[in-house]
Amino acid sequence: MLKLEKRPQPSKAWVWLAPVVAVIATMIAGGALFALLGKDPLVAIRTIFWDPLFSEFAFFYRPQLLVKGAPLILIAIGLSLGFRAGIWNIGAEGQYIVGALTGAGVGLMFYPMEGWFIFPLMVMAGALGGWAWATIPAVLKVKFGTNEILVSLMLVYVAEQLLASMSLGLMKNPEGFGFPGSRNLQQYPSAHNAELIAGSGMHWGVVAALIAVIFAYVMLTRHILGFHIRLTGEAPRAARFAGVNPARLVLICLGLAGALAGLAGMFEVSGPAGRVSIDFNVGYGFTAIIVAFLGRLHPLGIALAGLLMALTYIGGEIAQSRLGLPAAAIQMFQGMLLFFLLAVDVMTNYRLRLTWREVA
Amino acid sequence: MKLSKLLTTAAFALGLATGAMAQDKLKVGFVYVGPVGDGGWTYEHDKGRQAVEAEFGDKVETVFVESVPEGPDAERVMTQMALDGAKLIFTTSFGFMDPTINVAAKFPDVKFEHATGYKRADNVSTYSARFYEGRAIQGHIAGKMTESNIVGYIGSYPIPEVIRGINSAFIHARKVNPDVQFKIVWAYTWFDPAKEADAAKVLIEQGADVILQHTDSTAPLAAAAEAGNIIGFGQASDMSEYADGPRVSSIIDNWAPYYIARVKAVMDGTWTSTDTWDGIGPGMVGIGEITDKVPADVKAEALALKDAIAKGDYHPFTGPLNKQDGSVWLADGEVADDGTLLGMDFYVEGIEGTIPN
Amino acid sequence: MDLSSINPILLLASLMVAATPLLLAAVGELVVEKAGVLNLGVEGMMITGAICGFAIAVNTGNPLLGVLAAAAGGAVLSLLFALLTQVALANQVASGLGLTLFGLGLSSLIGQGYQGIRPPSFPRLNIPGLSDMPVLGRILFSHDLMVYLGLIIVTAVWFMLKYTRAGLILRAVGENHEAAHALGYKVVRIRIMAILFGGACAGMGGAYISLIRVPQWTEGMTAGIGWIALALVVFASWKPWRVLLGAYLFGGVTVIQLNLQAAGVAIPVEYLAMSPYLITILVLVIMSADKSSAPASLGRVFHASR
Repeated sequence: MLKLEKRPQPSKAWVWLAPVVAVIATMIAGGALFALLGKDPLVAIRTIFWDPLFSEFAFFYRPQLLVKGAPLILIAIGLSLGFRAGIWNIGAEGQYIVGALTGAGVGLMFYPMEGWFIFPLMVMAGALGGWAWATIPAVLKVKFGTNEILVSLMLVYVAEQLLASMSLGLMKNPEGFGFPGSRNLQQYPSAHNAELIAGSGMHWGVVAALIAVIFAYVMLTRHILGFHIRLTGEAPRAARFAGVNPARLVLICLGLAGALAGLAGMFEVSGPAGRVSIDFNVGYGFTAIIVAFLGRLHPLGIALAGLLMALTYIGGEIAQSRLGLPAAAIQMFQGMLLFFLLAVDVMTNYRLRLTWREVA
Repeated sequence: MKLSKLLTTAAFALGLATGAMAQDKLKVGFVYVGPVGDGGWTYEHDKGRQAVEAEFGDKVETVFVESVPEGPDAERVMTQMALDGAKLIFTTSFGFMDPTINVAAKFPDVKFEHATGYKRADNVSTYSARFYEGRAIQGHIAGKMTESNIVGYIGSYPIPEVIRGINSAFIHARKVNPDVQFKIVWAYTWFDPAKEADAAKVLIEQGADVILQHTDSTAPLAAAAEAGNIIGFGQASDMSEYADGPRVSSIIDNWAPYYIARVKAVMDGTWTSTDTWDGIGPGMVGIGEITDKVPADVKAEALALKDAIAKGDYHPFTGPLNKQDGSVWLADGEVADDGTLLGMDFYVEGIEGTIPN
Repeated sequence: MDLSSINPILLLASLMVAATPLLLAAVGELVVEKAGVLNLGVEGMMITGAICGFAIAVNTGNPLLGVLAAAAGGAVLSLLFALLTQVALANQVASGLGLTLFGLGLSSLIGQGYQGIRPPSFPRLNIPGLSDMPVLGRILFSHDLMVYLGLIIVTAVWFMLKYTRAGLILRAVGENHEAAHALGYKVVRIRIMAILFGGACAGMGGAYISLIRVPQWTEGMTAGIGWIALALVVFASWKPWRVLLGAYLFGGVTVIQLNLQAAGVAIPVEYLAMSPYLITILVLVIMSADKSSAPASLGRVFHASR
């Protein structure tokens, strides 16, 4: 009988090997799925993973990886800090929406005035909006012990209604013939989060994501707050002895995650998306949770995972259009990727042993 | 900045050229906002796509991407289709408007067709359906057949399209039944069948015996069937599976004739940027068969109304009509202009309640 | 505004129907969490159950077989979660989220070609005498079988947890898996069974939507009810009766807000639409004073070291 045995120390080899094995396993299982759907599995896999990076149109898709990946990475970095400390914020989608609303709101308030200070104000408003929305579950948890998973999740639905209300009311474009949705910030230079170099995909959100990755890495490895976060997650009791204030940690972790999610929303609404509309949010807040785990809650891992996830989206769209694969198949494929990584990850901390005793 | 922009454009043009060379049949792209299996909006657009394939066979190749979020994802999908050599791209959601315009600017040789929007360009047409014409017929039947004089109406979001439908149905219900009242419930979601079922039930419990819906699932019809003695209408598709029950007629989205015509225009080289807003006449709005549950005289009147609208003899928004606050909107015999209709944000006189926001 | 048009009897009756899918999914998740496992994949299991039930009911013409198939479908999908979390010792939050993603994809693949079909109608239970009673007959005794099945399951879970040895063991595993293991209970096996039960219940909850409440198949038709079910379990402080109460309350708030709209009450609609979630948060805050019953090992990975 096979038995899992805990390794005295996490295996260094498996830390690197696990994602590779997981991706290969996903390709095999996904290929089988595609074959079942009557598509050539090799062509499908190539279309998803190879074409966006190296085909003749890669000049267009590579920048798109940044556009699609940046919000995922930005949100996931924030979430990972909380996850490490055992604080479960799964309402990043709501914080993303509110950040976009406050950010765009400030921009629209100034319309049509031009000024260098407008965009920085919007950035601050976006971060603040996300922070405020995430602070609600944080304060409720600290004050009343309310479960943050559920409060943050409920607030997603509230934020969605708020978004609908804003698109139909307060922020509706007065020149939009009564249609829902705000003015397009892409056509308002002072508020436009434009590409820094045309055609590169680099906008301020990408820069922010990059800064967040570095910042999180330094904090987790060098700063006392990072130490407290890790300690709380790994040994809560020891953390208390070490003088960690759990309430403060909850406020900081949720607040930071909210601020980053809010920033992501703000950069998205003022850049690639351009406008507040009823369906502005597209699930980045939820996908970021998956990205955080795919990246093993490690900043560098998250950066890679965010790009990988973006690749499956972009490649998935190409596969839909060229091969007629249904969107559902791509969704399952992404689910498989996560499953395999989670399953293979066990090898990092455990090893297989052949024994004759029955496992409990 | 300028140079790099130029380079990008050149690169796009190059990509376009190579994509085009591999092409011997016309490639037509469709960008959908929902899954093709939503049984409503996207489902009907995809039926239009299939009709294009059936019509032209080997001469076309259609491609589609479903569940495309509005915003940058839509822009990427359209660009990808254009790069892959699509010569005509239909973008089938209002939220795709700005992305369509953006991508169209990069691909001047590719034709774009955007549904339900108002921004056009040399290579961007818009098209939409005058669903309110169908609503007029529904309103007529509803006004004639209601016994409680309460008609329930389920709306998604308070947008002009939905408000137009409510007004059209109400005007024609009142015309044949001065005592009729509308009870309007906003679901505040595009898609949540369980909530639609709840909304229908609530309306029925509050006395409505006719249910009109501007949401795409059959949930309201099922609720009506369960309650018994209630009538309803199919929305988006015919929903004929309820024809032996509450469904007495339907409004069907029929994009096939338009799609076929536009594909043909590209093939013939006669495509120009146009603004199409078609109704029952050209067949974009279909009226599903009126069942025998409707008394013969009412059915005849409804069909006569349908013919008059189809021929252009009658416009559902013909004065005298007042706005809800009693102010005059249209004088006697005056017909509403399309601009007002497109952005309609008011109820007509007689409807109770206020539009949210 | 005309509040008199709201009929309280009909309101209560439709509340029982609106609450049933929530109730089924939540009581299943309650058992899972009582065993110390947090499965966030309820939505995925519900939608899989919805299509499995729909497909079998349509193909066999028998809605009861459909319900069984839905339970089986939900359970099979949850087995995936069980393998990941109990055998491969993966993180439960991530596995649950992945399960939802996977389930949504799987269901729409299975569901291709089932649009625009009307499923066979479900037998309605008419209890002679009881159903004809004034007021109560309409509220309590005029529903379909599944409404009562939901109530029976809640009762059974309550009884099992409170009075039986099996319930005691389940709770022991959820409170302290190390101790339970030391006492010789098969922690992993018990948890897998609990997860399967949760999957089956969620599957039936999904089938209630696709076979009775709506009834039709469209992709993503559960539209977030699985997430609400998760909230309900915590809301109920892991007590079956409070799950019942919570399901009625949440279903009730939705039905009441629609009722108020139809009656023409002048509260902005978007705030009415938010109200179920805001009220849930409010009640979560009130209920959180009672921390007695959160399973102590909830969400923690168990590995028998010896």
